[in-house]
Amino acid sequence: MSATPSIVGKKEREALIDPLFNNNPIALQVLGICSALAVTTKVETALVMSVALTVVLMGSNVAVSLIRDRIPNSIRIVVQLTIIASLVIVTDQVLKAFLFDVSKQLSVFVGLIITNCIVMGRAEAYAMQNGPVSSLFDAVGNGLGYSLVLILVAFFRELLGGGKLLGFVILPLATEGGWYNPNGLMVLAPGAFFLIGIFIWVLRTWKPDQIEAD
Amino acid sequence: MSQPSVGYTVGFAAALCLVCGVFVAGSAVALKDLQDTNKRLDKQKKVLSVAGLIEEGASPSQSEVEELFAKRIVAKAVKLDAGVYSDAVDAAGFDQRKASKDPSMSVEAPANSAKVARVPEHAVVYQVVNGGSVEQIILPIEGKGLWSTLYGFVSLQTDMNTVQGLTFYEHAETPGLGGEEEGLEGSKGLWRQRRGRTQGHQGQGRRCSRRPLLGRRPVRRDPDLERRDQHHRVLVR
Repeated sequence: MSATPSIVGKKEREALIDPLFNNNPIALQVLGICSALAVTTKVETALVMSVALTVVLMGSNVAVSLIRDRIPNSIRIVVQLTIIASLVIVTDQVLKAFLFDVSKQLSVFVGLIITNCIVMGRAEAYAMQNGPVSSLFDAVGNGLGYSLVLILVAFFRELLGGGKLLGFVILPLATEGGWYNPNGLMVLAPGAFFLIGIFIWVLRTWKPDQIEAD
Repeated sequence: MSQPSVGYTVGFAAALCLVCGVFVAGSAVALKDLQDTNKRLDKQKKVLSVAGLIEEGASPSQSEVEELFAKRIVAKAVKLDAGVYSDAVDAAGFDQRKASKDPSMSVEAPANSAKVARVPEHAVVYQVVNGGSVEQIILPIEGKGLWSTLYGFVSLQTDMNTVQGLTFYEHAETPGLGGEEEGLEGSKGLWRQRRGRTQGHQGQGRRCSRRPLLGRRPVRRDPDLERRDQHHRVLVR
């Protein structure tokens, strides 16, 4: 851990800010794509998914980091998975209790956070080697990076695919007396893929050092 | 860390399982009441919306739902093989799905294309009443969807031939794929726009129709190409 008096040292700040654009979990690390495709048909579900993942990520990073020196190496991955699974189940229970309608829309995808590579990836790559405070910042940073991509994709998919944002009509659909013919591709999974691809393209134009050497 | 002993490894694993187990079980138990209330309210909301008493997509408060439900809906238990109302079970509290799994309270289903394995001896139907008279009958339906069993309600007008509404209240289909989610949950669902004649069953106003209800999505500009030709078959009980 850094020896600076402030709890938010350079390392922690980097852990927080890097995953937004420099080391975005979806755009650069290419983790967690599957849920990025599935829940981004609407901004509302993307938002809830983002919050759920960030909460799980924070919990798992801190928990793993706290016991990192005591975990026997032979069962390391299983231990991480147990912690992540428990957190996800509790998150699912909380959603069913307090946000029932949204949890119905998300259905199986909350459970699939267990398999989301971002959570396991950060636990193994960061929390096992760093203290709880920086791990917490890393979790928030990666959660924010994931949320950024999810909300961006959902924004375009809901707007272009259904003419709405957060349920409010922005572009009145032709089927309901308006003028807008919705873009069917945006509603399907490949539409999300294209949007993520475009995001990666824009990001690497802005930051060329992210382009892999051939 | 250097190779820990087997004893330490096992002990660590056991301790971790204990802590995680307590965490998970504790939260499940603590939140169960809230979840059950939510489920019950949701089902009541679905019953009310399939009857056309509330708008699908509206968010009435809990007390509004309970009040409306108490005023306009009467739950009745039906003995399926006889096709008559029965007092043998308490309609309000009867869990039809649990009964389907209990061999003492269910029988094997006849051959059907909805992949329903067992049928309970009693089913719960809902009468929509206005003043003293029955306006509609709401029947429970279930059938296999793409990944999971869908549970829903179909509401028939008193001529027993015209479908008033159709809705699903539980399923485990993947959300947001090709508008399936909208189809099952939302008001714009292509499903729910299909009003009109069902294959009404013959009989003197009995409620134990076992004929499959064929639903074909209306073919229009449907972005969901893979489902355009898929039949959804549900078993109306």
